[in-house]
Formats: sequence, C-alpha cells, structure tokens
Amino acid sequence: MVDQEVEVREAEAPYMRPILPVTHSETSLPGLKMGAVTAADPADEGSVLELKDLNVFYGNFQALKDINMSIGRHRITAIIGPSGCGKSTLIRCLNRMNDLIPSFRAQGEVLFEQQNLYSRDIDPVEVRQRIGMVFQKPNPFPKSIYDNVAFGVRINGIKGKMDEIVEKSLRAAALWDEVKDKLSQSALALSGGQQQRLCIARAIAVEPEIILMDEPCSALDPIATLRIEELMRELVSTYTIVIVTHNMQQAARVSDFTAVMMMSEERAGEMVEFGDTREIFTNPKDRRTEDYITGRFG
Amino acid sequence: MTRITLERQLGDIQEDMLVMADMVETAIERSIIALKNRDVDMAKEIIADDIRINDKRYDIEEKCLELLAMQQPMAGDLRTIVAILHIIVDLERMGDHAEGTAKIAIMLAADPPLKPYIDIPRMADIACEMLRASIEAFKLRDVEAARAICNRDDEVDSLYDQVYRELITYMINDPKTIERATHVTWVAHNLERIADRVTNICERVVYMVQGKMEELNVSKY
Repeated sequence: MVDQEVEVREAEAPYMRPILPVTHSETSLPGLKMGAVTAADPADEGSVLELKDLNVFYGNFQALKDINMSIGRHRITAIIGPSGCGKSTLIRCLNRMNDLIPSFRAQGEVLFEQQNLYSRDIDPVEVRQRIGMVFQKPNPFPKSIYDNVAFGVRINGIKGKMDEIVEKSLRAAALWDEVKDKLSQSALALSGGQQQRLCIARAIAVEPEIILMDEPCSALDPIATLRIEELMRELVSTYTIVIVTHNMQQAARVSDFTAVMMMSEERAGEMVEFGDTREIFTNPKDRRTEDYITGRFG
Repeated sequence: MTRITLERQLGDIQEDMLVMADMVETAIERSIIALKNRDVDMAKEIIADDIRINDKRYDIEEKCLELLAMQQPMAGDLRTIVAILHIIVDLERMGDHAEGTAKIAIMLAADPPLKPYIDIPRMADIACEMLRASIEAFKLRDVEAARAICNRDDEVDSLYDQVYRELITYMINDPKTIERATHVTWVAHNLERIADRVTNICERVVYMVQGKMEELNVSKY
C-alpha cells in the first residue's frame, strides 16, 4: 500500500541539525498516544513498528525495495546481510535519520503505533526522540560523563532530579560502577567499550521506546562486544531494540528475530527472509539465506 | 566468501563416518559367521576390533567439536555435524551389539547348535543392507530413501518374533536347551536392536536435510 510519498529537500528540512538519539516519556508526538513503557513482561506484546511496502530511493537509485516487516515490542530484531544490501538505510528509515540526505525519498509506510512516521504532520525530531539511535563508532560529546547523559534530558526541558536520571541511566547501561567516582571527568577518557555504553546511557536517559543500533560493536574488542550484547538482553525488558550487524554470530547470540537483506538484481536492497532467529540460523527457508549464513555467498 | 577449510574438514569427518560404518558392518557380518562356524578366534578378533570402532567414534566426535568451535558452522552445515554426532553414537552401539554376539559365539562354540542358523543370518543380512542403505541415503541427502529403509525394520521384527517363538518351543520341550536357547535369543535381540538403530540414522538424515525431526518407524520392540 503506497499511500504516502515524502520527498525531503534540504530547504524544507529545518530539523536538519544534529539530532540527539534521546527522548523522554513526558514528550509526545502530535496526535500520537504514547503507550507507557513499563518494565517488561517478556511475553509477546505485539509489534511496535510495522513496515508496509517500504521503497526507498536516493535520487533515481532505488536503495530498498518492497520491505514488509514488523518489529516486536520488547524484542531484539537483527538485520543482517552483505555489504551494500541496504541494512543501514533500512534501520535509518525507522527514525527518519535518512531525511538528512537531500536526495532521499521514501514510499510506503513505517507505522509507529498506527501512525505513519512519514506523514507530513509528523515532526521527525520528535520521532528521533522516541526512537533513539546508537551508532557504529562511539560518539560521546567532548564533555563530562555526567553532562553527556544529562544533555538530552536538559534540551528536552526536563528539570530536577538530574542526578537520579544520570545514575539510573548509567546503571541501566551497566556503566555506573565504573564511572561513579569520576562523573566530572571527560567522556573522551573512557575506553571504546565504555564510551559506547555511555552513548547507550545517553540514549536511554530520556526513555525512548525503541533503540536502534547500527553496528554498535564493530569498533569494540570481543570482551566489550560481549558486554554490550549482555546489556542489550537486559535493556530489552524495557525497550525494543533493532540492531544492524555484520557479525552473524552476534545476531544469532543476541536477537529474537532476524531479517536477512540481499541486493536484488536491480541492486536494490530487499528482504529475503525474516523470522525467528533460531529458525534462521538452524533451518533457513530461503536458499540465499542458507548460502549467506553458511558463508558460501556475500 | 567461500568456506574452503570448513568444507574440507566437514568432508573429512563424513569420510571418517563412512569408514566407521564400514567397520561396524564388517563386525556385524563377521559376528554371525563366527556364531555359525563356532569360530572362537574370529569372535575374539571381533571383540578386539570393537575397541577400534570406539576409538573411531571418539576421534570423529573430537573433530566435530573442533569444527564447531573453530568454524562456527550454521544452518545446513550445523545440522550435518549434529546428525553425524548422533549417528556415530548409533554406530558405536551397533558395534557393541556385534561384540555381544561375538561373546555369545564363544559361549556357544563348545556345543553343537540347537538347529541350523537360518533366520538369524537373514536378520543380519537385512540389518546390514539397511545400514548400508542408510549411509548411502546420508551421502546422497536422500530423504525418500531414508524413509523407505525404515519400513524394512518390520521384516527384522517379524523374523525376531519367529526366532523367539521357535526357541521358546525348544526350551519347553527340553529344559536342557534353556541356556543355549537363551543365548541365541540374545543374538536375535542384538540384531533387532541394530535394525532399530538404523532407523535412528535414517531419522537423522531426514533431520539433516529438512531441519525437522520425524519419527520414521516405531519398532515393535
């Protein structure tokens, strides 16, 4: 169903300023009812995002073709596939990060609680507040550890109890014990793994519903990687997580559902298989998935 | 990205499994020859050779574990290795059954047979054919063949019934035959168990190819 088409041009995009991957539950999108994110019965709680016939273009080049998937609430969904298959484009569609690219154009729907994120009346900045993002390379601000976590909360105009929010967020990101005695020190002095957990703390300080992670461990060593993976399993009781990863073993270890992307003959990214992670890695249905995950292809 | 090392190592493991299956088949055949010919020397050889079968099993198991740890196989490759890990256990147990028959052959060697061995060698022939066919089905990833092989388990079961009834008759008529007849029943039981274990192998072939477990033939015993 292609009932929306949004073309984003630079001049019409006043929100193209650095976006913080943060939000707070007290904010709400116009016209969107915010479901309270409570901690988490890990039982099936339905889907939080629905992608319907999503097609994405950069100018004349089609980057994604007919993507349909639903993202389960309080689940980790992994997106895997060979380089250039559109994984990052796809995850960036989930909080309108691609809007920052001038030639970007999306058709179809990305439904977040029944509202199309690409509707004209949706403010992408607020979308990004409720759907946070953690990037490949840890990108803390050149500020103190405390200020990194507090930053998003402050610009959202939330006052008071900042110490509590910072501590809670750092605890949730499994970083508190390591930094509690040096909160005023520069975040840049932390190790790569600590910096990435700080970015996660920064993202969750304002209580998003969904955390998008684009290759969050690719710049980290194996031990730091495993810590992030453990952290993801803890966070998923409160948040919904979508992760793009090149590391198939990581997808197998950490995710509940896996989407396998491939490049079609026309070089557009398409989803060849999407399902329970256990099935994908033990008994995939699609030959291309089998070839990719057994390492015969890609 | 190709997986040359994985494919080579997986190929080697499969080759080892075929060798092991051949060792087991030989042990089964020879155990029946030793029984028929009351050949104690041959029976002793079979018992000694069983150690080699057991060693082969542990050797293959170690290679599988190494491959799992070093190459992280997925999907079809993973299922193949898991299937092999199960099949080698079944093969090893079949070897133990052949060894058991060899031990009985030694016990029975001093006395003349109760009657000529006819049904027991037939059971052994069918069991060995089933074993060969199951390994062939593994090699060819042939699910239909694997299913068909299991139907032959019924033939083995009915031969077992026949042998069992006959031996009971001997025991009723002449209690002096009880010890010998009981030993022969054990041989028949060993062969019946071997055929059952072939159906396990066939189930693993189906699992390996289709990714689903399927019970193929529920043995009467």
